Amino acid sequence: MEKQEAPRRLRGRRKAYYTMKMRRAVHLLLFKRHSKPGAKGWELRRSLGPDYMKVLKVLDDYLEKLDLKVNVVFEEGTGKEAPENPTPEQLNRARFYITLRGTLTPSETKLLGWRIDDIAALAITISYIISKDGKAPRKEVEDLLKVKLPGWRTETNLNRFIRYGYIGEDENGQLYLDWRTRAEVDTRKLIDLLLRTEVEEGSLNRYGRSVGSMKADDKGGRTG
Amino acid sequence: MPRGKRKVGREDLQGIIELCRSVRSRGLNPFLVDVDDLVAVLRKYFSEWDAPEDLCLDAEALNEIASIIKLQSEWVKRRSTSLYTDPFLLEEKLRSLSNEKTAKVFLQAWHPIAELEQLSIRSLEEALRYWEDLLPLDERMLRERASKVEPGTVTREELVKSGILAEEAFLEEMRSLWRELKEKTGMDGRIRYWDFIGSQSYEESVRRAYLTSFLVTYGYATMEIYPLEDEIFLKPLKEPPLQIGRETLRWEKRKEQLFSIPVPISYEEWVEWRSRRRREG
Repeated sequence: MEKQEAPRRLRGRRKAYYTMKMRRAVHLLLFKRHSKPGAKGWELRRSLGPDYMKVLKVLDDYLEKLDLKVNVVFEEGTGKEAPENPTPEQLNRARFYITLRGTLTPSETKLLGWRIDDIAALAITISYIISKDGKAPRKEVEDLLKVKLPGWRTETNLNRFIRYGYIGEDENGQLYLDWRTRAEVDTRKLIDLLLRTEVEEGSLNRYGRSVGSMKADDKGGRTG
Repeated sequence: MPRGKRKVGREDLQGIIELCRSVRSRGLNPFLVDVDDLVAVLRKYFSEWDAPEDLCLDAEALNEIASIIKLQSEWVKRRSTSLYTDPFLLEEKLRSLSNEKTAKVFLQAWHPIAELEQLSIRSLEEALRYWEDLLPLDERMLRERASKVEPGTVTREELVKSGILAEEAFLEEMRSLWRELKEKTGMDGRIRYWDFIGSQSYEESVRRAYLTSFLVTYGYATMEIYPLEDEIFLKPLKEPPLQIGRETLRWEKRKEQLFSIPVPISYEEWVEWRSRRRREG
């Protein structure tokens, strides 16, 4: 009897340990404490201990049921692709976020306060910057957006994207992709999908059309 | 090396440095720069440099050329990877897709961050401190009441300072700057922007730049801009096309195309201009 009891007790203790650590990790990752959400690797290590990556793995498995995931964004300069076997130093400097595992439907984005035009503007801005090797003059992006949106909306949108951290602007008026795009957008997938999307007939005459209806989009489910 | 040749050589090197820097900072295609040509210029002067500052300038130019070669190498590498997308193709696609389709595509690649904002102990402390320091409403109202002032005299300087006489003084100042510009321009009728606005103190340089911007706006002078060389020249006009004062000519009547150009007047640029000026004697 005693022989069976010992491993069970050990398993129970380990479960309690990871549950406690997972709770702490969720607090660190979900509640915004600095100007940016999420937590740095070194913060997690200090709070969760040296096995923090294991705790995050357990948390990630748990979050899968909720359509969320733990996302790691390595520091700039590490390379465009995430390293396969990151060093402890790279992990320390990386930022960890909890992001949506799947994707949102257009009606859900409306609830988040995004108009479909704004999302299109963000998509155009990000894709254009990617196509220009990561840097594009603000004027060029504005001109491109003005084809689709009224002038005042173009500027408001760009300033909003900068404020949110999707794009940044340097002293030479060049726009670049910022931390939030690296955390939230699968850029390779975005470009692939854009290039594969068929242009509907007559769309060339529909520039600048204001789009408000999203009911049709609601029928489409998640892809992700 | 003869003095004239030295001056030309320095200008050439400075030109190389500026060209490379502008290509780098503006993200232009690095293959726009003909590296062989630039190296040939360096080679032409290298054996004749003897002063340490000239050799430093030469090294700086070489360093800038090396950075362009690095950019060229990265450019080729990027284009040969599977991640590379033809920008024209993508731009065309973005232009032709409707907003709904673009947004739908984006939503398939977008995984927003889940985050919650909440009050922290620190922000609560700050709020408490603010509340404690805040005076009662009746006390604040008391402070804002107008105070009685005895009649007195005021000087012209004080009027200018308070903005009452500002315009006339400003216009007079602008006109004298225009006369100065006409005197300073060389045979080709133009002068480098920094050589005109630059002064012994940084404050004075900023003041001159501010006045110069009005010279150009009101049509007393025009600007010639060479973005690749990063050079700006000022060219005074013999007669201002606009009637300065209250009755300014309508913008539509001006033939030239009008647009705004921000010209940064940073302290670093002023220091650089001053040292260049000293070097040139």
